[in-house]
Amino acid sequence: MLRALGLASVDELFADLPLDIRVDGLPLPVGLPEPEVVERVTSILAKNRVGRDLPTFLGAGLYNHFVPASVRAIASRSEFYSSYTPYQAELSQGILQTLFEYQSMICELTGMDAANTSMYDASTALGEAALMAARITGKREIVLPRALHWERHQVLENYGLGPGLRYRDVPYDREDGTIDLAALKEAVGPDNAAVYVETPNFFGRFERIEEIREIAPSVLIVGVNPLSLAVTRPPGDFGADIVIGEGQGLGNAVAFGGPLLGVFACREEHVRRMPGRVIGMTRDAEGRRAFCMTMQSREQHIRREKAMSNICTNETLLAVASAAYVSVLGANGLRRVASENIERARALAGRIAKVGGFHAPAFTGAHFNEFVVRSEVSYEHVHRSLLARGVHGGLSLESHFPELGHAALFATTETHRPADYDRLVAALESVP
Amino acid sequence: MRFRQAIWDEPLLFEKPSNEVASPKPGVVPPNLERKALDLPNLPEWEVVRHYTRLSQMTFGIDSGFYPLGSCTMKFNPKVHEELAALPEVRLAHPYQDVSTVQGSLQILYELQTILARIGGMDAVTLQPAAGAQGEFTGLLIARAYLKEKGDGARDEVLLPDTAHGTNFASAGMLGFKVVEVPSRDGQVDLAALEAAAGERTLALMLTNPNTLGIFESRVEDIARIVHDAGGLLYYDGANFNAILGKTNPGRMGFDMLHFNLHKTFTTPHGGGGPGVGPVGVKSFLEPYLPVPAVVFDGTRYSLDYDRPKSIGKVRAWYGNFGLLVRAYAYILSQGSDGLRWVTERAVLNANYLKMRLDEHLESPYPGLRKHEFVASGARLKERGLRTVDLAKRLMDYGFHPPTVYFPHLIDEAFMPEPTETESKETLDAFADAVAAILQEDPEIVRTAPHNTAAKRVDEVLAAREPILSWRMWRKRKGA
Repeated sequence: MLRALGLASVDELFADLPLDIRVDGLPLPVGLPEPEVVERVTSILAKNRVGRDLPTFLGAGLYNHFVPASVRAIASRSEFYSSYTPYQAELSQGILQTLFEYQSMICELTGMDAANTSMYDASTALGEAALMAARITGKREIVLPRALHWERHQVLENYGLGPGLRYRDVPYDREDGTIDLAALKEAVGPDNAAVYVETPNFFGRFERIEEIREIAPSVLIVGVNPLSLAVTRPPGDFGADIVIGEGQGLGNAVAFGGPLLGVFACREEHVRRMPGRVIGMTRDAEGRRAFCMTMQSREQHIRREKAMSNICTNETLLAVASAAYVSVLGANGLRRVASENIERARALAGRIAKVGGFHAPAFTGAHFNEFVVRSEVSYEHVHRSLLARGVHGGLSLESHFPELGHAALFATTETHRPADYDRLVAALESVP
Repeated sequence: MRFRQAIWDEPLLFEKPSNEVASPKPGVVPPNLERKALDLPNLPEWEVVRHYTRLSQMTFGIDSGFYPLGSCTMKFNPKVHEELAALPEVRLAHPYQDVSTVQGSLQILYELQTILARIGGMDAVTLQPAAGAQGEFTGLLIARAYLKEKGDGARDEVLLPDTAHGTNFASAGMLGFKVVEVPSRDGQVDLAALEAAAGERTLALMLTNPNTLGIFESRVEDIARIVHDAGGLLYYDGANFNAILGKTNPGRMGFDMLHFNLHKTFTTPHGGGGPGVGPVGVKSFLEPYLPVPAVVFDGTRYSLDYDRPKSIGKVRAWYGNFGLLVRAYAYILSQGSDGLRWVTERAVLNANYLKMRLDEHLESPYPGLRKHEFVASGARLKERGLRTVDLAKRLMDYGFHPPTVYFPHLIDEAFMPEPTETESKETLDAFADAVAAILQEDPEIVRTAPHNTAAKRVDEVLAAREPILSWRMWRKRKGA
């Protein structure tokens, strides 16, 4: 090939690099054969403690659910994972249809008309939803629940810098952990672009979306756990404008916090202001049903600095896995898993409540699959004591929600074994 | 080459005969919250697996064939990476676990950020950004925070060459910055125009080098001097990093920060459109502004440091796309310094060889060497009543994914192949022969292509005019 190019050496291919900026190779060891790579990576990862080795009751937006083997088999089809953005529709009908089905499932779960193929995660979906609300209303103020995951708040603040969004936090009711409706009424002023609430909220409590809709004067953004929507009424029933959420729990791994799946859906009237990639149904030259990326004039590669968002590469493969998960479980399977999560959380809270020195759930009313536990001693102390007994408790809320006193957020799913609960309860009982 | 894509008349899952949907288990959800209808498929497992297997057969990936999508670096994804990323220690670890219980994950993060800093000629790296575009967003946030801290917060202009990726414009626009486009001359940044554009409002210049024409910006040191003299920062868009491994690095070129696209250069798969990973590297003076937490190591123990008062905060939840970071880490281990250098040499050789082969058939603006990709023009096709899009569509009938088309915008009827290093001479020859053959074909066959794919030419205008974005919207439309 070099000869065909009339070159004497590979170095001549780089003759256009100025001498002062050249480097001679990379400061790295030489490559390893595959067995050694496997050995090295697996031996490093063996330092992690997961699964049976360390039953874990963490949630806060990410949940270990059981993923049927068929779901991973489908997402592992290399035609899916080794392709890229389906710019060429004719060659990509399969993944386009899969993503159309994903959008359709998200719409059905949320009660919205349209969904995009993904945002990076729930936190960036929130940032994008706030920007979209500002585009729709021309206003700047976003009303947020005080009971919001702090990382989502931090991400939102960065996303809002462009148009200069402002935020007002609304406290939660100290008894039942849901948003304080009287305070919400006071927080929505004439410059309100959107009210954002979550159901289940950060404390695992279901919110009263119908009443919140009556108070919210402009765009209503609802954050969801899509799994819970198999058994609870969707935000679309109550007039939400935009629904976002974390889709990881629909067939994807927790994976130390990524990759995740930002769910994003809206009502039909807003679709042209929606960020992200969208698949539409159309026809081919022979009049047969076909699918393609559509409304691309909203996107960065066409609209450039006037685009709705800068997102290009997104989380498509997780959307594929989610479509597969919803399909493999089916409507009935999803309902079984969702109900079981509710029942397990209720049962676990009941067991913890019986342990001296602990109060659970800290809030009254219906929860999904997590709840706040209050302890009489510092949660850090509880946490250390549980770890020493081979069980990982919930997420400490002491630094971000000091008003709750000694408190932590505990989650459970269908993946916990009876022995895991026994180990947790026994460890709580023996906290000195 | 003969190619026929599978064609299945596969209905939507929603259209398949479904088992009855049961009500939620009574007494679990309070009556005022309980959902009645749930219109989701309810099918046997085997039906679902068959459905998606058929859909996968109507999808074209790198494993299916040559996929020279310019600026996307569609290289082979080693299978061992998928096995490693599927380990329970990767899948099950929760990011809020006590750091003592996730030392393995943290070690990989720490070692990978250290290696990437070395590769980029930077001093510190964050692995948090989820994709290249988010890396750009992060870099601009860092530039903004740094200049504000210096009392130079009025800077609000981002300089972008006319060859820049669309995301550069959108990232700047999202943060409310004004974009100043810098024209190119002979395929490189016009230095006189840059001098004129750079000034006291300049926040940063974003540049990819080699640029999207595949041309190395050989006056990059002058570019850096002009922007720095004006008080702005230099951001390196790492989408084209596959062209420079072991040959130069952005630090040496004078950049202050950069992002990597690990799904491109370091072959974590493209996933049909994502997930990606866009780590950001910076020189030491910008390190305090990186997102939290920093992954740190005290010689015995890895931990997460949130105590970074100047940090920009967070750009997404948690620490990054860990499942992909494991793959990139394994790739770097298996390639090593020798392998990564070969990657670049072979990628550049392949691009120049393919360009030479296509030069016989398509015009390529600007003489000289290319790096990992190049841009040809399909303008001459117009003489036969054809456009670049027709050539692209017809290539599918020969079993090739078309190159990127109609980008960069400054080339009329652009046709932009990036072959990558994981292609043989035989494949490149076959692709060039296919282009040559198509140019000799009856124009009607080309204009109506593709013929051998699951769908014929798809009507994108109709899709945009009457959007049907879900089963719900489709049913509504049909009912109306």
